[in-house]
Order: sequence, then C-alpha cells, then structure tokens
Amino acid sequence: MSENLLASGHTACAGCGEALGIKLLMQALGPNTIIANATGCSEIFTSLYPRSAWKVPWIHSLFENAPAVASGIEVALKALGRENEAQVVAIGGDGAMADIGFGALSGMLERGHNILAICLDNEAYMNTGIQRSGLTPLYASTTTSPAGKISHGNETLKKDLPSIIAAHGTKYVATTTVAYPRDIEKKVKKALEVKGSKYIHILVPCPLGWGHEINMTITISRLAVQTGLFPLYEMENGVITSVFKIGKKVPVEEYLKLQKRFRHLFNDKSGAEEIQKIQSIADANIARLGLMAEPQKHPVTTK
Amino acid sequence: MSSVSILSKMKVIEGSKAIAETVKVCRPHVISAYPITPQTHIVEELSKIVADGELKAEYIKVESEHSAASGCLGASAAGARTYTATTSQGLLLMAEVLYNIAGMRLPVVLTCANRAVSAPLNIWNDHQDSISVRDTGWIQFYAEDNQEAVDMTIQAFKIAENPAVRLPVMVGIDGFLITHTVEPVELISQDMADKFLPPYKPQIYLDVKKPISMGNFADPGSYMEIRYSLHKAVEGSKKIIRDVTKEFEQMFGRFSGDLIETYNIENAQTIIVGMGSIVSTLKEVSDDMKARGKNLGVVKVRCHRPFPDEELYNALKNADNLIVLEKAISLGQGGILGTEIRSLFMEMENPPRISNFIVGLGGRDIPKSAIEKIVLRAEKSPVPFEFFGLNPEVLGGEI
Repeated sequence: MSENLLASGHTACAGCGEALGIKLLMQALGPNTIIANATGCSEIFTSLYPRSAWKVPWIHSLFENAPAVASGIEVALKALGRENEAQVVAIGGDGAMADIGFGALSGMLERGHNILAICLDNEAYMNTGIQRSGLTPLYASTTTSPAGKISHGNETLKKDLPSIIAAHGTKYVATTTVAYPRDIEKKVKKALEVKGSKYIHILVPCPLGWGHEINMTITISRLAVQTGLFPLYEMENGVITSVFKIGKKVPVEEYLKLQKRFRHLFNDKSGAEEIQKIQSIADANIARLGLMAEPQKHPVTTK
Repeated sequence: MSSVSILSKMKVIEGSKAIAETVKVCRPHVISAYPITPQTHIVEELSKIVADGELKAEYIKVESEHSAASGCLGASAAGARTYTATTSQGLLLMAEVLYNIAGMRLPVVLTCANRAVSAPLNIWNDHQDSISVRDTGWIQFYAEDNQEAVDMTIQAFKIAENPAVRLPVMVGIDGFLITHTVEPVELISQDMADKFLPPYKPQIYLDVKKPISMGNFADPGSYMEIRYSLHKAVEGSKKIIRDVTKEFEQMFGRFSGDLIETYNIENAQTIIVGMGSIVSTLKEVSDDMKARGKNLGVVKVRCHRPFPDEELYNALKNADNLIVLEKAISLGQGGILGTEIRSLFMEMENPPRISNFIVGLGGRDIPKSAIEKIVLRAEKSPVPFEFFGLNPEVLGGEI
C-alpha cells in the first residue's frame, strides 16, 4: 500500500470505522485521485477551515450531490484533455448515497461516468445524531427509530443498495469492510481497472451510533461478515463473481450483543423473536450467496 | 456604419437559438442541463450543436436540475468553462447548489428563462423564479430583447471569469417573450468571440499536481468573514461590469451593458422603472407620449445584483413621480424592486413620490394601454402598492 493520504490530526472519534475506511481507501487509490465528498462525518472531521486532512485534490459541495459533482469533474478532465491525470472518486455515507443523493448516484451510474463511487455505510445519520436511514438494519434503535414500549426499533429492512446499483448495468460492484484491509485494497484496485462507473460499499462501524467500545470496531466489522449479516462479494456486470466464504456461521447474537443499538432485544423476552428474525436475514444471505461452502485457505475473496 | 451593412450582419432568429449560438462561440468545455419549459429550445439547440461537432464540449444529460447545477459546480472546480440553463421550478430545485456555487466562487454561467413559480402551475413569464434566488451571491442580469440576451451571454462569461470577480452569472430572459420570439439579431462570430473572450485560465482548480481542498466547512470563527468577502466580491463586480461594457463597445461598435439603462429621462417629471422585456413596451409608450409633447422617462434595471443603488439614485432623484413595475412579489410584504428603490430615497428631503405595481404575473399581457393607465394614476396620486389589472370575476367578487 502507498502512503497515507489522509493526514493525522483530523477530528474523527476514537475508534471511528469511517476514518479507518477512508485511510484504507486512500492507500489503495494513491495520490492521483480527485475526491468529491458528500456532506457528513467524513467531510466534517477532515475539513474545518482553514485546515484539511486531505493530501489529494478534494471538494465538498452538498449532502446529495457528490456523484453529480464527480460527474462534472470527470467530464471536465475529459474536455480539458486531462483525463489521464487522475481517477475521480465520489464518497458519501449511507444517507448521502442510499437516501438523499440516491437520484444523483443513479444518474451518474446510468450515464456511465468513469467514476468510483464509495458508500461508507455506518447504517444511520451519524453526523446529525444517529437518525435512521434507508440502510439502517432491522430493529436497530436510533434517535428517530427508538426502541420503546411498543417498538423494537427500526421496523424496515436494510435497502439492498449494491443490487440496485448492479441493476444499472454497473460493471463492478463490491462490498467490503474495515476488518479486512487487504480485501479493501484488492477491490479498490480491481475497481480502478474498470473503465466506467463502479461502486464499492464499505461497512464502517460507528462506536458512537452503534454503541460499542472504541476498541471493538474491527471485531464488530468482522462479526458483521461472519454472521452473514454483511456478506462480502463482488458483482461484475450484474453477476456475483466472488463471495467471501465464512467457514462456520457465528450466531447473530454474538454481533448484536456488543452494540447498544440492539440492547433492547436482550432486555425482554419478546426480543428473542426479533433476534430470530435477524438470524433469518443472515441465514438467507448465507443461502443466497453460498457463504458456507468450502472454506478457503486464504481469507480473501475467491471465484 | 450604414444601415445596409448593419442589416447584412443581422439574422432573424428565435431568442433561444440566438443564445445557443452565442454559447457555442463562447466555447464552454462543459454543458450540464435538464430540460424544462420554456428553456427547452436552448438546450435542444445546444445538444444539436454538440451532436454535429460544431462545439467541442462535454454535455452531461443529467437526471435533475439539482445535478445540472452540481455538474457545473464540479466541472468549474476542475477548471472548465461551464454553462447551464433552466427556469422556474428547475431554478428552485437548484437553489442550494446556486448558493454553493457562489460561495465557492465558481464562474458558472446560467440562462434563466424567467417563468412563474407553482402553485398554481404556470409556464408563462414572470420574474418570481430568479428574484427568489437574488440573495445567492450570483450576479443577475435581465435582458430586454434577443440582442441584449446575446450580448449579456458573452459578457456573462467574461465578467464571471475575471480574476477580480470569480462569481457565477445568471442571465434572465423572459420566458416565451424572448425564448420563443423571433427578432433580428446581430450574432457574434467565432472570430470576434475569441478576441473578446480569451480561454478560461483559472488560478485555483482541482489538480493532482497541486492538491487543494474546496468547500471546507467553516465554524463561527470564520464563516462571517467568508460571507463578507463574498458580499464585497458581488459589490465589487460593478466596476468589472462597466469595464466589460466599454470593452464590448470598443470591439463590437455598439453600446450594450452597464448596470442600468436610461431612456428619455432628461426633464422627465415621471420615470417608470422595469426589468426585462417589459422595458421595450415602456420605451414605446415613452415615444408615444413624447410625440404628444409629454415626457416619460424609462429606467431599465439591467443588473439586479449587484444592486445599482448609486446609479438608480442618480437617474431617479430629479423625478417627481417614480413608478416601479415588477413581475415578482414578496408575499406578505410587497414589491421587492419597489422596496429596494424606495429605500434609496429614505434620507432625501422631498423625495420622488413612488408607486409600485405588480404586473404581468404568470404571463398576463401588459399592453401599452395598461402602461398609459398606470402612468396617469401614479401622476394623479401615488399608489404605494397594487396588483395591477386584477379581474374581479376570477376572484369571485370584490377586490
């Protein structure tokens, strides 16, 4: 991996999965990169005027337009004959990419701009105080989907954004998470070889929003994969071409019990039923993607 | 110049097409636009120009006006000359991006085919759309006719890109009244355009050889200073607007520009003020009245932001009666231009008597006879504020 292009001294929380995700992403991207960053934690903790943690050209405009801004940058480089100078990358959180900026992302993909779009998914609007998004998982308690006397928290399923993106005809779509730095590096580098739009979805645990210890970010990231709740895979031209086999299934309780956002499920008896529903989501992922098949020698993605 | 040689340079052409032809000779690198009536003819024409290879530009066919403006923002930040066009709902969908473009000091040029704002839905002309975004930090021009739309368009790029300005410019052209109206126009040749508008050479842009961060967030310790700098830049653009007017006149041999235009104001006891295509009607009424031995001065607010306060004060201060006509309203408050002009005379002893009429909303026709009526009424006794020409039948009774 190349140098760290996200300087230290930024103001992310201790144990921030997103800061780690960006650091790993930038190491794989290298210096010839222009970033269009959506509004959110990543923009706030890296760019308080007059400072910046970014060692590459970087622009932040608004919450919902990073893919459109990136589209403008990409065509401008082409029009100016500078297209070989830099790769253009649009970065946003789950809110920016799956919710408010979904239209801009869809437009970028449909037009096929030569851009890598990155969703740093921490499963809620963390920057504004942990409100639910379209990528908040079932039964997670957030400030706008709180667990209560008659509620088990967020009542909707996590939107399958990678599949929606693949349905645009996007040539390369991949999921990954911060517990697997080599997987991030490999997928980013592979994405960059693809001419056209490509997308990588990175799960980034948030100690503040998920309510876990700051030294547990990597453990939780790994458990999300090992339970089958966040499967790692690649889709090329709409077809799954590799999955990260998990070997033995870890029960979802092991993942859920480390996080305050799911604590209410363990506090009363009725929670067991909800935990079972979450287990069935993991089981469906495992069955659909064949995650339990022959474990591989190396913990990397395989064909 | 003889009238024959002038005519030989003229082309009878629709406003939208004339604007597209002008954008073409300005050689934008990137056009990013979304279709909306009555802007469509401009973007259709530009699409064809690009499809025929007459203009080497990247045209982003975006999925919304929000992305149209965002595409321009990104392209401009990367160092490209950029153009977009929109109107009404489209302009309002762009609103937060407009603030962002100005705040980031990006010289995007936008044509606004001025149209009413919903509800009720209405595709015809007034100025509510662009007036609603007057505080975004964009320079705002309003064209009187097709020729001025052409001249303003090329001037817009030159003003926007001036290193002392670095601000976006919006050219307002009345929907249908200019966009879809055919008039004789002196178009600008590629050769002349290249002489007037040199290639865009930004000082600051996204470049891996010189990494910078753009669009950082600012806390209470610096936000006000950054907004102050923006305000000073908008104010300061007045000088460049005047300079560009002079340069344009020298190169093209005709005057077109400045912040305001005055017409028959010498010794006029009554002066009528307007923006956009209505000014042509006002000038005709002024001529008619002159033929009858009466002076009616006309002042066109060509540039609404920066606001031409001194220019208007000096042009209007000697009149007894001022009449401000406007095609937009601040609901619950009144006329916007009217209020702005009234504020110029707050400290003057014996200021002009000011009348303020809202006219022509949603494409309501404003014939010469209406202007004559307005002038007669205002001269008799000032009308502080009125929606002119309301139909009691539509209102279902009394006004």
